[in-house]
Amino acid sequence: MEDFIKNYCWLIPVLPLVGFVFNGLPTAVGIKLSRAYVYTVACGVMLLSFLMGVGVFFTLKALPETAREFTNLVWPWIHLEAIQLDIAFLIDPLSSVMILVVTGVGFLIHIYSTGYMREDKDYARFFTYLNLFCFMMLILVMGDNLMLLFVGWEGVGLCSYLLIGFWYEHKPNGVAGMKAFIVNRIGDFGFMVGMLALFWALYNTGHATLTFTKLKTVVWFLQPQTILGVSAVTMICLCLFVGATGKSAQIPLYVWLPDAMAGPTPVSALIHAATMVTAGVYMIARLNFLFTLSPAALGAVATIGAATAFIGATIGFAQNDIKKVLAYSTVSQLGYMFLALGSGAYAAGIFHLTTHAFFKACLFLGSGSVILGMHHEQDMRLMGGLKKYMPITFMTFLTATIAIAGIAPFAGFFSKDEILWQAFARAVHGPKVYYFLWALGVLGAMGTAFYMLRCVTLTFFGTLRANDKKTRELVHGPHKDHHGHHGDLVPHEQPWNVTLPLVVLALLSLVGGFLNVPYIITHFFGGHSSGLFNEWLSPVIPLQAHHEVSSLEWVLMFKSVLVAAVCMYLGYKAYTSWQTGVDRFVKKFPRIYDAVYNKYYVDEFYHAVFVRGVLLFNKCCFSVDRYIVDALVNLVGRFGAVYSDIIGWFDNFFVDGLVNGSGSITDFTGAQLKKLQTGNIQHYAYGAVLGVVVVMILKILM
Amino acid sequence: MENVTILTWITFIPMLGVILIPFLPKAWEGASKWIALVLTLPQLAIAWFIFSHFNTAEAGFQFVHGPFPWISAFNIHYLVGIDSISVSMVLLTALISFVSVVASWGINKNLKAYFALLMLLDTGMMGTFVALDFFLFYVFWELMLLPMYFLIGIWGGPRREYAAIKFFLYTLLGSVFILIVMLALYLFSEGNLFDITQLANLDNHLGRLAVTDEFNYFRFFCWLGLFVGFAIKVPMFPFHTWLPDAHVEAPTAISVILAGVLLKMGTYGMLRFNYMLFPDITADCATVVAVFGVINIVYGAFCAMAQTDLKKLIAYSSVSHMGFVLLGMSAFTTAGINGAVLQMFNHGTITAMLFILVGVIYDRAHHRDINGFGGLYTLMPRYGVWIAFAFFAALGLPGLSGFIGEALVFMGAYKTFPALTIAALSGVVLGAAYLLWTIQRAFLGPVNEKYRDLPDISVREVISLLPLGVIVLILGVYPMPMIRLINASLVSLNEIVKPFLDTAGVVAGMF
Repeated sequence: MEDFIKNYCWLIPVLPLVGFVFNGLPTAVGIKLSRAYVYTVACGVMLLSFLMGVGVFFTLKALPETAREFTNLVWPWIHLEAIQLDIAFLIDPLSSVMILVVTGVGFLIHIYSTGYMREDKDYARFFTYLNLFCFMMLILVMGDNLMLLFVGWEGVGLCSYLLIGFWYEHKPNGVAGMKAFIVNRIGDFGFMVGMLALFWALYNTGHATLTFTKLKTVVWFLQPQTILGVSAVTMICLCLFVGATGKSAQIPLYVWLPDAMAGPTPVSALIHAATMVTAGVYMIARLNFLFTLSPAALGAVATIGAATAFIGATIGFAQNDIKKVLAYSTVSQLGYMFLALGSGAYAAGIFHLTTHAFFKACLFLGSGSVILGMHHEQDMRLMGGLKKYMPITFMTFLTATIAIAGIAPFAGFFSKDEILWQAFARAVHGPKVYYFLWALGVLGAMGTAFYMLRCVTLTFFGTLRANDKKTRELVHGPHKDHHGHHGDLVPHEQPWNVTLPLVVLALLSLVGGFLNVPYIITHFFGGHSSGLFNEWLSPVIPLQAHHEVSSLEWVLMFKSVLVAAVCMYLGYKAYTSWQTGVDRFVKKFPRIYDAVYNKYYVDEFYHAVFVRGVLLFNKCCFSVDRYIVDALVNLVGRFGAVYSDIIGWFDNFFVDGLVNGSGSITDFTGAQLKKLQTGNIQHYAYGAVLGVVVVMILKILM
Repeated sequence: MENVTILTWITFIPMLGVILIPFLPKAWEGASKWIALVLTLPQLAIAWFIFSHFNTAEAGFQFVHGPFPWISAFNIHYLVGIDSISVSMVLLTALISFVSVVASWGINKNLKAYFALLMLLDTGMMGTFVALDFFLFYVFWELMLLPMYFLIGIWGGPRREYAAIKFFLYTLLGSVFILIVMLALYLFSEGNLFDITQLANLDNHLGRLAVTDEFNYFRFFCWLGLFVGFAIKVPMFPFHTWLPDAHVEAPTAISVILAGVLLKMGTYGMLRFNYMLFPDITADCATVVAVFGVINIVYGAFCAMAQTDLKKLIAYSSVSHMGFVLLGMSAFTTAGINGAVLQMFNHGTITAMLFILVGVIYDRAHHRDINGFGGLYTLMPRYGVWIAFAFFAALGLPGLSGFIGEALVFMGAYKTFPALTIAALSGVVLGAAYLLWTIQRAFLGPVNEKYRDLPDISVREVISLLPLGVIVLILGVYPMPMIRLINASLVSLNEIVKPFLDTAGVVAGMF
């Protein structure tokens, strides 16, 4: 078993690639595949990949803790002097967790998609992309060097682009995909700079490498190095973090994620909630040994994280599109992960990544189920009362909501509370600014509880508003019926392949937290574990030293649960019995509401400044090219032509004129002289006499 | 391998076509394309032989044929050979020649002349890369110009004459500079040399051309003459404006050759002549070359974004991508110069795909206005797959070959010019912007009813794309064979220049 896993773990990413090829190639050449074939292949490879992942996990588990790391070399990739990069996969506790999340949640979402996409004409294309995504994501989390990670990093960006714009015939979808890719590329710019700076800074110390296992042992040499007078480590970390803000939708590059909801809902769940957007978190956790060297960079990570957690949560208050709410919620939750990383609690970040994968995937899939049930209606103002029509969806959605709100003992409680505690603890023992970040985190958590309950209430409680003509006109404008359904809309529960993943994910959201019970609770029950999850990751991410078990931790824990519960209650009440009060508030402070509703006008600002700026600048560049550079070339050409005209004219007129002129003068003189030759003897005699006279006169004069 | 004839064969086999095709009777006109196709196959076979038998450890010249006295009075010889600077270009030329013949299948005007000229062009290109005698190089360089002029001027688009003349005169201007420097080298070298292998020995440079410790202006102007001559071909800003015009007017296959092979002659010439014969001046001017490289990258990308003509957009993207070559080769790091040559090869394959694909849509819709399409992906899904593949290769998606070249250039250049490299990295963002925006405008969105009946990509078109696509994919995940192939001479080229870098006092890391 162990040997098999060690030698064949490359199969984990390759299996989805096989699925991609088997579905993709026939589709690309225009062969219509049967649905059964498509989903058997697509889900089958994911299941196998997941089983391999489980195998990896147990193989690692069987090994002693220090030996839980091996590299599976596939082939040498780029070898040039100091650059030694391989296509190789690193298996260690961190990547094993990521593999399980990606393949496990990925498999569930594949199953879900068989239901969600069942009526789509591009069924095969969808699963092709989805398999490709899983392949790229696995490359990302398994790559043994930063450059290979970058391959996956860009690869998932590609798939994200393809899947956001999956229904490309509707223009905004394609535009959203494009926006996602370009904004991510701005982040990648930072990533590349960071990678280059890291490589050459290490090169200067004589230890150039980009391989994680080697980096871990040589980053110490970087400490005395500086770039532009700033510590090299800090610069490198900040650059890499710019990459993370792109991929993981943090301030200031988060703007693409809400638009990314244009993609099919399973995509939103898999790529834009559970896996791809967490790549930045994974990258920083993977490089934890590097970031630990720079408290300044960690501070920046934590600040951006906390700010995003808070801002994202506030925007969630006023969104009407159910997926938009969840999108901003994702932005906000990712902020928590970065807050964890920035607090030095990398394992907590990865733990929140895992639980978030469970409950946010569940929420997104639940919203997808709702959208299907509502005949592709996404506006919550038209929902309501769905509890009755879609009980399974409701129960699972509610479970995940409680989890994300952080109510014990659901998964989100353990992971989020760990983060907040770690931030607080860092403030106690280190920079005091972390108190502020912690406070932002708590406020964000309160906001989360509120807007999530708002979402649940609007969707599932009360009565169905979809058939209310006035509301529909309010939402979609008059005389427009988007659904084309006649008569009243009756929501309905979805088939098993949609609800089964919901149930599984809801269960995981319910119990997932117990993977990492904090030390303080274990201690209370007489144990010594600092959390299974933390311990599992400890070969990659060193366990943090135990702080004293303080009563403060208990207090904070209870307080945050209490606050969350209160906010949930408020969220429920505000959109049921206190609805009029909320409406009054909105009417009274329209500015605040509009600002939040319009996401603080950040998109508008970016568009006005950056997009317009670039468009203007490229017009300028092209004008320069056309009217200056090329005009100069043409001018030289014209000058050449005119000059040659002048020369030609001169040649014709003077040079040739001279030649022709001497000819014609001779001709003319000859013609004139010819007239003298009259052949008349008297004329000649006159001539002779005239000559004599002239000679005589000359003689006399001289 | 010494004195094997295969380079002579690979160069002159197409000449058979030049001789045979004009004698075809009018009724058999169609056979000319088959003759051309058949003649490119042995070229491909020889290219494969070279690829598999090339000694990658050897930095010197291999497969040398000659020298045979040609014009003895002036010490001019026939001498061909390749080292690892030119070997990838020979492979590329063989490949692109084959692809361009397939891409020319739709030509229906004056077939005989077209394919005869195409074969002449093939010989000219191949000869340029294998010639080791400066005079011979010059002959091939000019030989390639002539068919190009006619191919654009006769089979081109509406403004073909303007474009052809602009191309011809511009390149000819460059050739004049090269010619002058060639004569200078001849006159000021030990025993009056044209032989590059001997000229590369700096001890052979005499008199005013002698390498001196202080800055030698005569050598500088010689360097500059060569540089401008080659920079026009690259094309380097500000000498690039002939390219968009030539591309827009040229027929598809000629665009493929132009972008696929001809542009590389500029950078190849720089490596072969500026670097080998004037390493001292090259070292002095490295920063300037790098700056121009970055200008190419950024300026080309911005100009590309402003285009509405699909072909012009790709022409400007070529300007941008060739900037990476300039940046990489001026860094004097192993990664940089390897990346530069790799980028030359990769740009050749990727841009060839792009031009073929533009040709496909132009053949069907008879225009290239990006905003005039819309929703093509629905109508031509197989074509859409190719477009997406080629565009993502062009924007440097990791996993495809374009990325390896660019990444190596960045890796290499950062050490010498960190600030310039960071500026160049913005090209990565801009590249994504203009390429995706193009996809969005032309291929996605609602279907344009006008093009409801457009047929999807044909088998013949796929055949011309397939070899390129396979290479792009393979070199993306397994570039080592190519890197091994090109590395040896490039490292030694760096070593030739490096001593002068120190004496020239170029402050590495200044930019």
